[in-house]
Amino acid sequence: MADPIHQFELKTIATLGKIGGSQIAFTNSSLYMLGAVGLITLFMLWGTSSRAMVPGRIQSMVELCYEFVADTVRSSAGKEGMMFFPLVFSLFMFILVLNLAGMLPYGFTVTSHIIITAAMALLVIGTVVVYGFMKHGMHFLDLFVPKGVHPAMLAILVPIEVISFLSRPISLSVRLFANMLAGHIALKIFAGFIVSLLAAGAWGILSPLPLALTVALTALEMLVAVLQAYVFATLTSIYLHDALHPGH
Amino acid sequence: MDPVAAKYIGAGLACLGMAGAGIGLGNLFGQFLSGALRNPSAADGQRGTLLLGFALTEALGIFSLLIALLLLFAV
Repeated sequence: MADPIHQFELKTIATLGKIGGSQIAFTNSSLYMLGAVGLITLFMLWGTSSRAMVPGRIQSMVELCYEFVADTVRSSAGKEGMMFFPLVFSLFMFILVLNLAGMLPYGFTVTSHIIITAAMALLVIGTVVVYGFMKHGMHFLDLFVPKGVHPAMLAILVPIEVISFLSRPISLSVRLFANMLAGHIALKIFAGFIVSLLAAGAWGILSPLPLALTVALTALEMLVAVLQAYVFATLTSIYLHDALHPGH
Repeated sequence: MDPVAAKYIGAGLACLGMAGAGIGLGNLFGQFLSGALRNPSAADGQRGTLLLGFALTEALGIFSLLIALLLLFAV
């Protein structure tokens, strides 16, 4: 059976020299990321070029994306959270396009590498910490002290709050990465079953079963691709809400 | 015990964590359905929350699958 991990392999397209001992290379991952940025930019520019009162097809798609993310930010981070809208919108569109590009046959899933998702999660948490301290100073630490709790309980609750805050970048990055990784491995394994059954002589009549499952899994993966982009945007908004209003 | 065998047994055991995600997802959709049948007009507004809960719960099951995969391919 084909190796299910093989699809996540990085392939060097061009080397750009060395920093220290490690090679700086332009890989298929870089190519997909550049392609995604280019695609999003073209889509947004094309959609906003006419600025018609009655939107056309492309413009209404762009407006749909904008309104969807804007609603998410408004409901999770509040009116003030809209100052972070460009960040959340960029993250959402970037993850969405990369996730969907991974669903193309022979495609490469950039978000199935934890270094990519960890970089994005650290960007979000870094924004929360820097903006929180800038806006509230030391009062940002009120985030770790729940209000209306007996002082004796605080000895337990404050460490729990600190740990839960510190685990946010981990859970945020691992959620996206693990979902994409596990989904694509499952797809590959069930696709491998079809080939194995066809090669096994009379058992080949059973091969439509894993084929049907692969089709169903592809549909589920499409849902997960969109859903994980939405979840990342929502959790980003929720964390940014903490930076804006640290008191519980 | 043979370390390779222990690795495979560990990977199998790690997948038991998915039972928890299964219980969680059943609970989630069951509660949503019972709420939605009692008050169908309010159900549409909560679909986003439902999907958010679905993704958050499902991710926990996938974490256990991730441990299994790490045991199989990375350890």
